[in-house]
Amino acid sequence: MYDIIIIGGGITGCAVARELSRSKAKIVVLEKGNDVSVGTTKANSGIVHGGFDAMPGTNKAKYNVLGNAMFDKLAEELDFPFKRNGSLVLCFDETQRGGLDELYERGVKNGVPDMEIISGDEARKLEPFISEKVTAALYARTGGIASPYEMAIAYAENANVNGVEFKFSQEVNGVKKKGEIFEVACADGTVYEAKVIVNCAGMFSDDINNMLCEKKLYIRARKGDYMLLDKACGYMCSRTVFQLPTKMGKGVLVTPTTHGNILIGPTSNDVESKEEVNTTAAELADAFEKALITMPSLSRRNIITQFSGLRAHEDGDDFVVGESNVKGFYNVCGIESPGLTAAPAIAVELAEQVAKALSLQPNENFEPVRKGIPQFSKLSDEERRKLIEKNPLYGKVVCRCEAVTEGEIVDSINRPVGAKDLDGVKRRTRAGMGRCQAGFCTPRIMEIIARELGIELSEVTKCGGNSQVVVGRTK
Amino acid sequence: MAVKNLVIVGGGPAGLAAAKAAYDCGERDILILERENELGGILEQCIHNGFGLHTFKEELTGPEYAQRYIDEVAKRGIEYKLASTVLEVTDEKKVTYVNATDGVVTVQAKAVILACGCRERPRGAINIAGMRGAGVFSAGTAQRLVNIEGYLPGREVVILGSGDIGLIMARRMTFEGAKVKAVVELMPYSSGLNRNIVQCLNDFGIPLKFSHTVVEIRGKDRVEGVVIAAVDKNVNPVMETAELIPCDTLLLSVGLLPENELAKNAGVALSPVTGGAVVDDNMMTNVEGIFQCGNVLHVHDLVDFVSSESENAGKCAAEYINGKRGADEKVTVKTVKGVRYCVPQQLSRDGNFEPLNLKMRVSNVFKKVELTVTCDGEKVYSRKRPVVAPGEMENITLNSEQVRKLKTAKEIVISLEGGDAK
Ligand SMILES: Cc1cc2nc3c(=O)[nH]c(=O)nc-3n(C[C@H](O)[C@H](O)[C@H](O)COP(=O)(O)OP(=O)(O)OC[C@H]3O[C@@H](n4cnc5c(N)ncnc54)[C@H](O)[C@@H]3O)c2cc1C
Ligand SMILES: Cc1cc2nc3c(=O)[nH]c(=O)nc-3n(C[C@H](O)[C@H](O)[C@H](O)COP(=O)(O)OP(=O)(O)OC[C@H]3O[C@@H](n4cnc5c(N)ncnc54)[C@H](O)[C@@H]3O)c2cc1C
Repeated sequence: MYDIIIIGGGITGCAVARELSRSKAKIVVLEKGNDVSVGTTKANSGIVHGGFDAMPGTNKAKYNVLGNAMFDKLAEELDFPFKRNGSLVLCFDETQRGGLDELYERGVKNGVPDMEIISGDEARKLEPFISEKVTAALYARTGGIASPYEMAIAYAENANVNGVEFKFSQEVNGVKKKGEIFEVACADGTVYEAKVIVNCAGMFSDDINNMLCEKKLYIRARKGDYMLLDKACGYMCSRTVFQLPTKMGKGVLVTPTTHGNILIGPTSNDVESKEEVNTTAAELADAFEKALITMPSLSRRNIITQFSGLRAHEDGDDFVVGESNVKGFYNVCGIESPGLTAAPAIAVELAEQVAKALSLQPNENFEPVRKGIPQFSKLSDEERRKLIEKNPLYGKVVCRCEAVTEGEIVDSINRPVGAKDLDGVKRRTRAGMGRCQAGFCTPRIMEIIARELGIELSEVTKCGGNSQVVVGRTK
Repeated sequence: MAVKNLVIVGGGPAGLAAAKAAYDCGERDILILERENELGGILEQCIHNGFGLHTFKEELTGPEYAQRYIDEVAKRGIEYKLASTVLEVTDEKKVTYVNATDGVVTVQAKAVILACGCRERPRGAINIAGMRGAGVFSAGTAQRLVNIEGYLPGREVVILGSGDIGLIMARRMTFEGAKVKAVVELMPYSSGLNRNIVQCLNDFGIPLKFSHTVVEIRGKDRVEGVVIAAVDKNVNPVMETAELIPCDTLLLSVGLLPENELAKNAGVALSPVTGGAVVDDNMMTNVEGIFQCGNVLHVHDLVDFVSSESENAGKCAAEYINGKRGADEKVTVKTVKGVRYCVPQQLSRDGNFEPLNLKMRVSNVFKKVELTVTCDGEKVYSRKRPVVAPGEMENITLNSEQVRKLKTAKEIVISLEGGDAK
């Protein structure tokens, strides 16, 4: 019997888990995937939004601005990649200038500090590769970028160290309330009991809500495709660059990532299936065309990979956060953009509500600090020498493109809420994320995973489920 | 700081041949750095026959061919370090490497030969849309899984690209009981060797679809099928021709890219055509004392040519260390009319008129053409070719007299004449 069950291990589930671990309670996160951060949290723009986009008075606006302000301290405590790089919204047509003013005013109403409208020339001084056609821009200095999956993983590790259990391959397919107690049934037949449920199931949080609550929710999947460019052209862009939405559409963004690549996207398309994360050639082509409006000298030759993510768009067009009409059942639902930015603030508030409702005592042993995996590629030669002396595995480079060592890969598998598959290693260490996209290191990483987890090479998967990399032994 | 006369980055066929040649020119202070646990480079996973016909006049497997050079290096007592990855080479020829026993070490070299080979182009580089589950491999990764690890990557296979590795893997997977349903090639011709098309596809009845591409990958956890379509003259897919091929595996053999991050960092100028360095006839780059050879310089189809090119690099590096070769004024070799590139791209005006080998690739399949080298309007060399193709490297050797003409000319032009060359 648990005090609290959190359904879903995306950024919201992991953040809520960590904030709740500040209190004494028996908590479990149930995740249907093989790892945390396998839903929308692994495929988005990674922007820590300033907060001028959301409509004043909405949950989106409130949590965006609160969340944004938390990032500096949080990134330090939890050791995940974050940079306050600032963002620009570009206007390409003097007659549309009013659009910038509108965003600016919205930002002021939402409480966004440090914004300014600048001329095209000033914008080009900041970002030399943007188009000659830019006439003006909104500059928001508080805009930032974070690595979304590393952030979720950091939250999860810290929650785990502070006592939260994580259970994977647990797809919740039934929630009932019996008296004061919730019964949560999973697809494999396991049943969990708890006093409180926090529904953080992303795209499927409507289904979970609708299993129990009278007030139904309805989430639509809105897909966004992206292309990622090689670090070799990373110098072209240092701030996040949006296009001012026009009648022609919302435009796409061009942004650096925290690791120095450039990201282009997302498109926006309503799709039927909530699992349809396939990119389409037409959407990708369209996104690249639009990105060229921002930066005419971007080259398709630099594309190294592409992906897509699903926005969980709730019919009410806002985040649904807090206790539902069923006592003890809390929703964190419809968390589309700016959900990554908002998650830290949502989590703090929700955890306070739950702690109060359950009259939880503070966890005196709570450890707020989590240290990430030492990153060989970022260290000085002196630091590298010391590390190798302690652990020779840090002297063996496995991923050539990103210079990731065996030491880092072993660490990623053996740490709390460790990696169990190729994608898990990749998200924790960047092995396989470089320009050769795991061509060389896949067999080697498979060997390391098999060895560390004590499984057969043929059991190693790309991302859990039926994603075994090889189908068997040769003759 | 440790010092070495010659540091060679990469212990594949290129690095080994360069080391051997440098030694035979009298250089004794040599260090080979190799990041894998054994010497031999990519050849270690090429267990098929067909190596060494030019060099040894017999057919060897990849590992056998590599072993010949490994033995030569061992016989000479040349120093090498395994499991040692070079992290950085500077324009001052400081080489930094890392391994588990020495830690991080910087060596000051007098000359550096970059022989780091190449990597395969991944799916992202050709931007195929669709799902991203397991079952998409570069052909070389599949080759390693089968030949070194002993595991089968899949049972029903489509191969995109008709590069040599893809062709060889079509046969290899068939031997292992997999069904190769098709090899799909974007261009109207193959980028692989003709002998590989015959021996690896035709002999097994595997269809080769020219002017087709993969437009979508299906399947959530694992590939369940790929959609292929014909392409028009501008290589854009014609969606009306789209067809689903059920399969669990897609192998990509869509080209190799020289691995040039170290070179870039050292300030070495690269050719946009080959992806490798721009070198002169000493195999020296624009950075004095930094040399290149093998697949890092330009992608070869036959290892024999890698070896001969690299021996030249080793010899020149040894002579450079002794002050016998240096960066002079250079003349550029222009390539026009169907000739995509020539390596070396430059010749030094150093008064040295030794016979010289030029390697080049053409841009399309051309029939009944004449490959010519012209100096200031005078045709210095020509050879009739019934057919040339992008998949087969053209190799010509000029004698001393011809080299003298080239090295003293104002302008050198290589082109294809006659036939259907454009
Ligand atoms: C294209 C795009 C761009 C975006 N860009 C930004 C941005 O730049 N900045 C920003 O702040 N936000 C952005 N967002 C929003 C942000 O990515 C999301 O708000 C955030 O990732 C949502 O996190 P989550 O935890 O709610 O959902 P998810 O990450 O989807 O997590 C939900 C988890 O629940 C699990 N689950 C589902 N059903 C069940 C079940 N029945 N049983 C057990 N587990 C279950 C899933 O497997 C998943 O792991 C973007 C979103 C998209 C799609
Ligand atoms: C799959 C395949 C099939 C082939 N089939 C044939 C055939 O049938 N017949 C034929 O004649 N030829 C064939 N070839 C061509 C021939 O094998 C290659 O051209 C040749 O191996 C290239 O030699 P290389 O030394 O330049 O590169 P490689 O063999 O790739 O060697 C480069 C070496 O450098 C090392 N290295 C790279 N970077 C670093 C670093 N930073 N630090 C330390 N070490 C580093 C690498 O680990 C590698 O060992 C084939 C090639 C391939 C890939």
